[in-house]
Amino acid sequence: MPQKRRVTIEGNEAAAYIAHRTNEVIAIYPITPSSAIGEMADAWSDQGRKNLWGTVPEVIEMQSEAGAAGTVHGALQNGALTTTFTSSQGLLLMIPNMYKIAGELTSTVFHIAARAIATQALSIFGDHSDVMAVRQTGFALLASNSVQEVMDLALISQAATLKARIPIAHFFDGFRTSHEINNAETITDEVIAAMLPDELVHAHRGRALSPERPVLRGSSQNPDVYFQSRESVNPYYAAMPDTVQETMNHFAELTGRQYHLFEYIGPRDADRVLVIMGSGAEAAAETVEHLNAYGEKVGLVKVRLYRPFSPEHLLEVIPVTAGKIAVLDRTKEPGSDGEPLYKDIVTAFAEHVSCGGGKFATLPRITGGRYGLASKEFTPGMIKAVFDELKNDAPKNHFTIGIHDDISHTSLEWDATFRPDVSQGVTRCMFYGLGSDGTVSANKNSIKIIGEGTSLFAQGYFVYDSKKAGAVTISHLRFGPEPIRSTYLIGNDEAHFIACHQPVFLERYDMLKHAAEDGVFLLNSSYAPDQVWDSLSGKMQQQIIDKKLKFYVIDAYKVAQEAGMGRRINTVMQTCFFAISGVLEKDEAITRIKDAVESTYGQKGRKIVERNFAAIDASLACLHRMKVPDQATSKLEMQPPVPKNTSNFVKNITGTIIAGRGDTLPVSRIPADGSWPLGTAAFEKRNLALEIPVWDEDLCIHCGKCPFVCPHGAIRSKVFSGELTEDAPETFKHVPVKGREFDDNLHISYQVAPEDCTGCGLCVEICPARDKTNVSHKALNMAPQPPLREQEKENWDYFLQLPEYDREKIRFNGMKGAMIAQPLFEFSSACVGCGETPYIKLATQLFGDRMVIANATGCSSIYGGNLPATPYTTTPEGRGPAWSNSLFEDNAEFGLGFRLAIDKQADYARELLKRLEQQIGGQLVQKIIEADQSDEPGIHEQRRNVEDLKTILRKIDSADARNLETVADYLMKRSVWIIGGDGWAYDIGFSGVDHVMSSGRDVNILVLDTEVYSNTGGQMSKATPIGAVAKFAAGGKSTAKKDLSIIAMAYKHVYVAQVAFGAKDVQTLRTFMEAESYPGPSLIIAYSPCIAHGVDLSHCLRQQDLAVNSGHVNLLRYDPRRADKGHNPLQLDSRKPSIPFKEFAETETRFSMLWRTHPEAAETLLKQAQTDVMDRYHRYEQLAGLSSHKEDDEGGKT
Amino acid sequence: MSDLSTRYLGLELKNPLVPSASPLSRSLDMAKRLEDAGAAAIVMYSLFEEEISADEEAMDQLLHHQDIGHAEAVSYLPAHEVYKTHLENYLEHLSALKKALDIPVIASLNGTTAGGWIEHSKQLQEAGADALEINVYYLAADVGQSGEAVESRYVEILTGLKGHVSIPVTMKLSPQFSSVGHFIHRLEAAGADGVSLFNRFYLPDINLENLDVMPSLNLSTSAESRLAMRWIAILHGHVNLSLAATGGIHVAEDVIKLLLAGADITHVCSALLKHGPEHLTVMLEETQRWLEENEYESVQQLKGSVSLIHAEDPTAFERTNYMDVLNSWVPRS
Repeated sequence: MPQKRRVTIEGNEAAAYIAHRTNEVIAIYPITPSSAIGEMADAWSDQGRKNLWGTVPEVIEMQSEAGAAGTVHGALQNGALTTTFTSSQGLLLMIPNMYKIAGELTSTVFHIAARAIATQALSIFGDHSDVMAVRQTGFALLASNSVQEVMDLALISQAATLKARIPIAHFFDGFRTSHEINNAETITDEVIAAMLPDELVHAHRGRALSPERPVLRGSSQNPDVYFQSRESVNPYYAAMPDTVQETMNHFAELTGRQYHLFEYIGPRDADRVLVIMGSGAEAAAETVEHLNAYGEKVGLVKVRLYRPFSPEHLLEVIPVTAGKIAVLDRTKEPGSDGEPLYKDIVTAFAEHVSCGGGKFATLPRITGGRYGLASKEFTPGMIKAVFDELKNDAPKNHFTIGIHDDISHTSLEWDATFRPDVSQGVTRCMFYGLGSDGTVSANKNSIKIIGEGTSLFAQGYFVYDSKKAGAVTISHLRFGPEPIRSTYLIGNDEAHFIACHQPVFLERYDMLKHAAEDGVFLLNSSYAPDQVWDSLSGKMQQQIIDKKLKFYVIDAYKVAQEAGMGRRINTVMQTCFFAISGVLEKDEAITRIKDAVESTYGQKGRKIVERNFAAIDASLACLHRMKVPDQATSKLEMQPPVPKNTSNFVKNITGTIIAGRGDTLPVSRIPADGSWPLGTAAFEKRNLALEIPVWDEDLCIHCGKCPFVCPHGAIRSKVFSGELTEDAPETFKHVPVKGREFDDNLHISYQVAPEDCTGCGLCVEICPARDKTNVSHKALNMAPQPPLREQEKENWDYFLQLPEYDREKIRFNGMKGAMIAQPLFEFSSACVGCGETPYIKLATQLFGDRMVIANATGCSSIYGGNLPATPYTTTPEGRGPAWSNSLFEDNAEFGLGFRLAIDKQADYARELLKRLEQQIGGQLVQKIIEADQSDEPGIHEQRRNVEDLKTILRKIDSADARNLETVADYLMKRSVWIIGGDGWAYDIGFSGVDHVMSSGRDVNILVLDTEVYSNTGGQMSKATPIGAVAKFAAGGKSTAKKDLSIIAMAYKHVYVAQVAFGAKDVQTLRTFMEAESYPGPSLIIAYSPCIAHGVDLSHCLRQQDLAVNSGHVNLLRYDPRRADKGHNPLQLDSRKPSIPFKEFAETETRFSMLWRTHPEAAETLLKQAQTDVMDRYHRYEQLAGLSSHKEDDEGGKT
Repeated sequence: MSDLSTRYLGLELKNPLVPSASPLSRSLDMAKRLEDAGAAAIVMYSLFEEEISADEEAMDQLLHHQDIGHAEAVSYLPAHEVYKTHLENYLEHLSALKKALDIPVIASLNGTTAGGWIEHSKQLQEAGADALEINVYYLAADVGQSGEAVESRYVEILTGLKGHVSIPVTMKLSPQFSSVGHFIHRLEAAGADGVSLFNRFYLPDINLENLDVMPSLNLSTSAESRLAMRWIAILHGHVNLSLAATGGIHVAEDVIKLLLAGADITHVCSALLKHGPEHLTVMLEETQRWLEENEYESVQQLKGSVSLIHAEDPTAFERTNYMDVLNSWVPRS
């Protein structure tokens, strides 16, 4: 039975802890930032962890949040204590069921990591837009502001809902609370049991549907009684606030932690009061205490129970002296006369005063403002600004705080340097690291060491950029003698310790602006100690001198390498942190790190323990304190975030965001409708590759495979006239192009973008051209990037300005030809070696200049559309893919909308052409209407026709001409692509995919099949294969992957294909060409290796080979056009499995870990997987071998 | 009935037939069948240094490498409290074999360095292993490395092991030493209780389609046992440690020949993989029959009776034999 103890955990874990102990059924669906709650619950159930009543909760992942809510509703109706966890769009999808659950007075708690809602853009970050969208459902809303509160109010919610029969949405701020690590005291089972007396649980069960005592619940009611029914629940809602307060009081008796529906902080005679809900209340509490200590009279009301809203309880806590009240909402209701919390407060006062008052005879001055949307920082300076504004006679209403609104002028100015005194005893530390270098895990470990092993309190918050390759993480850690409530980042001049774990960041971030005077700066640098100073920029040197920083240097890569830890520098940097930050006494700290290593690896990893110990000792020996000169001498400057010769938009907006200063952008700079320019990823030079490919032009056979497999579009081939290269840089390589289809004077070059390449090495792996005398030397070979960087930059720039090869002449049916086409998807932030992006890039090469893309939310929408950089780009003429993301669940329907609109407007354009035939000229009209756009020359011809048309239209003075001008572009063939992952196509969006396929319309559905939810961290989907371990399938998925191809083929009119580009590239190319040319729906299921498979993606191609050879993936094409010609529409493009499934499975951790964790299940499932593989192959083989009707009619030819 | 018993690594064995490290010992049923077929002891499948390292790396990876810094993904695979390593599985299986079998169980380690992994030998002893076989599968691919350095590596590993366990330790060797006899003397001096001759290096092959170098695996043939036969014959009487013959022992004739040369026991593997555990009974019965037909009282009597020091023509084991063999070969017309 868990005992009370002080732990350091994230808010999500606090919620999961109580939810798992107090429920029997948990139905969830992954969504950021609440995914981890469900994952923990699932992992605990897999480990056999029991709930309070001694049984292991049943955890099930559903196909969508709507599905999860339905399941929760059903489980509740059948008596189980049931919960779910969600955020944002997920919560929106639950709304219909929430009405039902509340309407039927059903006890449950939904735990919500509150998050912004997708509007002009998606945002994964925290605010109250989602929970405010359910305030009308009948659920109670209870807000937690900190990690401890999440645990406490989770339990209070559970108890209150059972007592009151009103379901509760218990919420806390996404990321700021869900992902913040802070100290919390765990709640013992005795307390949980005392809070949840059996009679409440038994009463809940007693309300279950049962054939033993049947009722009919959920009837259809008529005008006669529906209204009365709705009103019949009023007493329950009226009683709820008192019930919750009583529950809070009971909890306080058991734990000593007292909560109130509305918590007031401040003097009883405050003149100004701030009302707020969520984590911002913590920063506000710090600020209020500070201001009052300096003689102000300000108060704070923390709103905990937001629904049912109790004006009585609210007014009770607000001092009667409060003449001015500011209400802050973390949401935005465009077009409203105020955000919800503000309006509720106004209404409470208005009703109170207008009904004769009592405590308040007159209305105080109440203003409302918005703050913190999508995790926008909310700092003490901003809070002070709100109080300061209230001092004015006419304080601004409907204001914003935290942004600079230069359009509507809603924003208040604030002092960014203001900090409350409470922060004085706190040690603040910042760490700049790469996601992959272990910085975050080392910091989490340090927090545990300090927060659980000493009397100090600890807080950790981690800021991630949205890149998947080379993600930058900035860790903000605070340690202090008192609980830490600072729910905001470490600001300028505040950090006592700053560590730069990657020297390349010195070029990109002004990290020392955060340094406090006399602070410590730790730099990982490969420069010798006597050269380090000169490697810094002049600005940085000056900051070190001015702030009197203690400057330490370590060559962490060298220490790690020598200790056998490869490029894992986390232990080295963590040791240095403990040695010099002064948070703990050095020797004690080192002992504690070693203890932590021992307890992590223990007996199972002696070598790792030894290695870590060696690294710890070597770190101390190799750490140098630098003597800081008196003067800055360096002439080095920080690199500008984008090149100087770009557009103003890129320079002023994209560049500012890349530099990490996006917070400073005023409202006027941001596009109002969410439209952003293409091609900006090219400006963000991230220099991630340690090694880049070098082309040996003498060996190269010009096969085109390297640009084909490159996930980042960083190696290109281009064909151009040899005469153009007279001014080429000396090292620019080019040779006459091989192949009869090219003119004699044409040259080809394979050129790498040295600063955009991520160094995955797939191009070298696929290269088939080897040196006859040395097979390890190919036509592409990896070589260290730094010595090549400048030279290849120049070559790359030169390569870019060479003209693109005429698309009309490209032979797209072969790899060499197709790969000459410019990729219109480049330098995305996808993972190094990503298995998805080559497919997207291929589509843009083939059809990009006439493509419109509907992209489901997921990895492809993040690397495809996360600001600041946009990887989709344009041709020199300015054409390119037009891209949009609607939601996760509706992508197929969204894309179908594209098709309908395009077809309709094309039809209309043709109608107008007919109407205007006389003026335009019959010949041109006929040419346009009858144009054959089935190939590039045809498409180009039509473009010229439309240009001619527009020229003529300008001279025609009629409404029809004006209309035709606006729709004439639709006469050019457009290629509609519907792109998403397997989570979308197999699960949440399946019904849409199915319906769109059934529509028969000409759309291309590309399913990037990683066989798990990749973006949210590897949760099982219905594409997950049998025997694979995934989140929510910790014991191995026990059922087979859904065969989406068979389902699609059943329609007969759908073009269906399965491809794996690394296994059979030409089949992939052919598939894309066929699918796009097919005038109906096409479905391409594209096998995509993913880091979630537990493989190093430098083996991305090998894994596809193994997948195909083992029969895990069958390559096939089903083309309905073949049936029309009397052939079997299905062609099986891969051979009979040639290796056992096990041989493939052993290479991927998702399968192999099952042998280590569930050996018996592994055996059984593997056997079944092998049987399935053969069954499936034989099924396809038989289908592909069937003769068509027509063949039968002709005598059974096969 | 001739007495088939023999002494190996200080263990009294009922006969000289011991299945060597192979997948057969992975299954309890199969091990029991081997015992029933008459196996005198069993060498367990090998626990590889690489497996131990790989487990450590995998655990390290699971613990840390999943954290790759994506805001939306804390990790990519579920967390497991129970993660069974090869070592844990091996120890469990060893205990189970000890419980199920009456014959001695010899645990087998396979590795090339004297690193921390050999500490685990202590756990093997604690789990009940009657002896340890260490197979140093080391190939001196570094052309700068001397034979002396290679030998020292073996000695270092052996010394390390002996420091952790008190049960007998035998070393499985490859024939690729410039002076096998001298080296075995060195091992004996370092505390080896026995040697097992010889280990086979699996040889690579080149795939002509893609020019990749591929591993290849072929089961042994009887002809291969001649190599062990020669060296056992040479060593017999010159060393005090136990001599096991391994590689290419398929039929009773092979067993008898090796015993005659001086082996204390003979290891069988390929033949059992090919014909099943019951083949061991056949080999045993035929050995028994041969001893009886040739009026040997015991294996003890037979052992080493045709070794280098006892052979009628000792030169047949030596180089001079080389010329005779060459000269005897006449090309077919």
